[in-house]
Amino acid sequence: MLLFLAVVAAISGWWLSQQRLTSKPWLEEGVQGDFPGTGASSLPAAKLGLGVFLAVVGSLFALLISAYLMRVSTTSLNILDGPKLPGPRLLWFNTGMLVLSSVALQWAWLQARRRQMDGVRVNLLVAAVSALAFVAGQLLVWRQLTQSGYFLTSSPANSFFYLLTGVHGLHVLGGLAALGRTIARAWPGVATEPMRLGVELCAIYWHFLLLIWLVVFSLVMGWADDFADICRALIT
Amino acid sequence: MGEVIFGSGGVVPAAELPDVELYHAKTWITKYVFSQDAKVIAVQYSITAMAIGVVALVLSWLMRLQLGFPGTFSFISAEGYYQFITMHGMIMVIYLLTALFLGGFGNYLIPLMVGARDMVFPYANMLSYWLYLLAVLVLVASIFAPGGPTGAGWTLYPPQAILGGTPGAEAGIILMLLSLILFIIGFTMGGLNYVVTVLQGRTRGMTLMRMPLTVWGIFTATVMALLAFPALFVAAVMMLFDRTLGTSFFMPSLVSMGEHLKYGGGSPILWQHLFWFFGHPEVYIVALPAFGIVSDLISVHARKAIFGYRMMVWAIVIIGALSFVVWAHHMYVSGMNLNFGFFFAVTTLIIAVPTAIKVYNWVLTLWHADIHLTVPMLFALGFVVTFVNGGLTGLFLGNVVVDLPLSATMFVVAHFHMVMGVAPILVVFGGIYHWYPKVTGRMMDDRLGKLHFWVTFLGAYAIFFPMHYLGLIGVPRRYYELGETAFIPKSAETLNVFITLAALIVGAAQMVFLFNLVRSLFNGRLAGGNPWNATSLEWQTPETPPAHGNWGKELPVVYRWAYDYSVPGAERDFIPQNQPPAGVAAQATITAVSAAH
Repeated sequence: MLLFLAVVAAISGWWLSQQRLTSKPWLEEGVQGDFPGTGASSLPAAKLGLGVFLAVVGSLFALLISAYLMRVSTTSLNILDGPKLPGPRLLWFNTGMLVLSSVALQWAWLQARRRQMDGVRVNLLVAAVSALAFVAGQLLVWRQLTQSGYFLTSSPANSFFYLLTGVHGLHVLGGLAALGRTIARAWPGVATEPMRLGVELCAIYWHFLLLIWLVVFSLVMGWADDFADICRALIT
Repeated sequence: MGEVIFGSGGVVPAAELPDVELYHAKTWITKYVFSQDAKVIAVQYSITAMAIGVVALVLSWLMRLQLGFPGTFSFISAEGYYQFITMHGMIMVIYLLTALFLGGFGNYLIPLMVGARDMVFPYANMLSYWLYLLAVLVLVASIFAPGGPTGAGWTLYPPQAILGGTPGAEAGIILMLLSLILFIIGFTMGGLNYVVTVLQGRTRGMTLMRMPLTVWGIFTATVMALLAFPALFVAAVMMLFDRTLGTSFFMPSLVSMGEHLKYGGGSPILWQHLFWFFGHPEVYIVALPAFGIVSDLISVHARKAIFGYRMMVWAIVIIGALSFVVWAHHMYVSGMNLNFGFFFAVTTLIIAVPTAIKVYNWVLTLWHADIHLTVPMLFALGFVVTFVNGGLTGLFLGNVVVDLPLSATMFVVAHFHMVMGVAPILVVFGGIYHWYPKVTGRMMDDRLGKLHFWVTFLGAYAIFFPMHYLGLIGVPRRYYELGETAFIPKSAETLNVFITLAALIVGAAQMVFLFNLVRSLFNGRLAGGNPWNATSLEWQTPETPPAHGNWGKELPVVYRWAYDYSVPGAERDFIPQNQPPAGVAAQATITAVSAAH
């Protein structure tokens, strides 16, 4: 969480430093230069809105993950790893699907900028299908786990696993709704400004979710244990 | 979107945005009920918040009746008392203050003050209100649920919050958590609007450092809320899982009524960390808009530029940043590591520095000013005094060694009511008296307003000053009744009766306010466009109340900051932000001054 906050602080600090905070408004009157610029950025509002929203989503996952790490580090591990979760092979496949989805969207964005509408449509569809495959795969993982006796309530480790993957899956589904709208917009085959913006926003959102998934994945696979050890050392 | 790019790389929005960008309501329903106009949404937010606030007010009466006259009222049971405490706290902090400052004042003032036609995402803004209303309704529903609302205290500490024996553990707690989740989703939609509108919606000439402090306060508070509310969201979802699905995020293995429960392996402390990671920024989410509004009220009604505008902006931002690293000062008694406690005590005390800067600047703004003791000004002054009072006891409680003995006493109750109960509420009132003429076109009644102020202000001190003393002699908080306790003198009971009477009177004074609010709608004196002779943009709209789209045909252009009061040589004692420099006689001198710098 502190890491995440540091990133947010760095971004807002950089932004603030661009804003002439040291200006002395009481001495300035009338126009600066000929026409007063507001200092508003040239980004479309929707893109900025998505950026702020991603900060909120990032905060959400950073908190979930720090809750998990705290849980791991404040008490001895033996309760948590009770029956340690197996990292099902299916998770690798799912990760691949999400990467594919992200790449396809990036591709679609590039083609949208070049106005190659056929490619945009194909890539959007590929992205949607592979994202759906990811969600379906995650559900399959859940099924496999429950069948082999790792229930939601069996241990806190299991609970965290289901919670993290569940919340992430819901965000993918939400993204799919937006992607559906973008596909509908792209279908007429005309490169319009809102369509291109939609593709771009979807791509950014997908990359972000992929990043979060990679972090969650590494936690689940136990690669982040060293990091958890560091946290534990810091707290105790 | 038509945009003109200027040499310096800055982008200036066109004077007129294409008409399609603005949503136009076609039917009565979309104009006044499912409205996407920020001004209507603001009024909806405010009315809902005040309505649920009246519920919380009545709950506080019930609590005081019990404390003042224990055992007299058969309808107040011990369970009921805890439910009153919980709902009173939750409603006041989240559903009243947060919603009113950000949803009410934010929605109304941000677009008008920065010179925008509306919020940038009006549809999400509308959803935000309806989710808020739904959250309030779910909260109200919990009062009528079997077993009543939750009585776990507003902090909802596990494990007791979801265990049998706590009132409302059956349905109340589930509805409470659902309501919070809805509120947070709704707030996020609104919050995105407030932030992006401030960043992108400003009109020509409105640089960040020309924005009124009200906008700065609301903007910073919204950014904080967007980052802090996820903590409550995560915590609420996890507790909901614990309660309904039987997970053990917060639940250690425990024995209840001689039975081993199915829980095990969870950590109750984890909840405290998550809750207070939200909970402390929440204090400033309420306080920063109040700071901003008070700065503007004082400046307008003292006819003087706010002292140290730049410092005020910096202080707001610094307070916002610091408030994320102080949360554990609510947890000194949780048995934390001493070094941890030391760290959080230091950060807590550091916040006093920017806060003190703000207080000095308010006082210095009043120095040699042309003070008009209007009703909004009275409330603003009341805020400054009350906030200093509450802040000073905060310095006591910020220290670990002082906090430990006082933590469970009425001293804490007195402290947080002063600093984040009474003080922000005074600003809410001041703000309503100040902007009511803009919202409705009519003034609120002055005499009723002054009566309301004096009873509320003096009454609040009659309630909360004695509580400090009660806390110091050891009267515990959260107790349904004190019973026979050796160390508590008889006089404490008399004092409790006095506090209860004061609370009843102050509560009744709020009815005067509500009466005034409604009556002035029909009978108030017509206000005109700018009754306070204020400079900021919301007073310069072509119509009052502002029409849909706020600014007639063309957006205003801003030539100066929001605090040009009593400028020497100017024909009036205020110069509106959108008045071009050519019209000012003092133009030459001012240019000379700025050239000298």
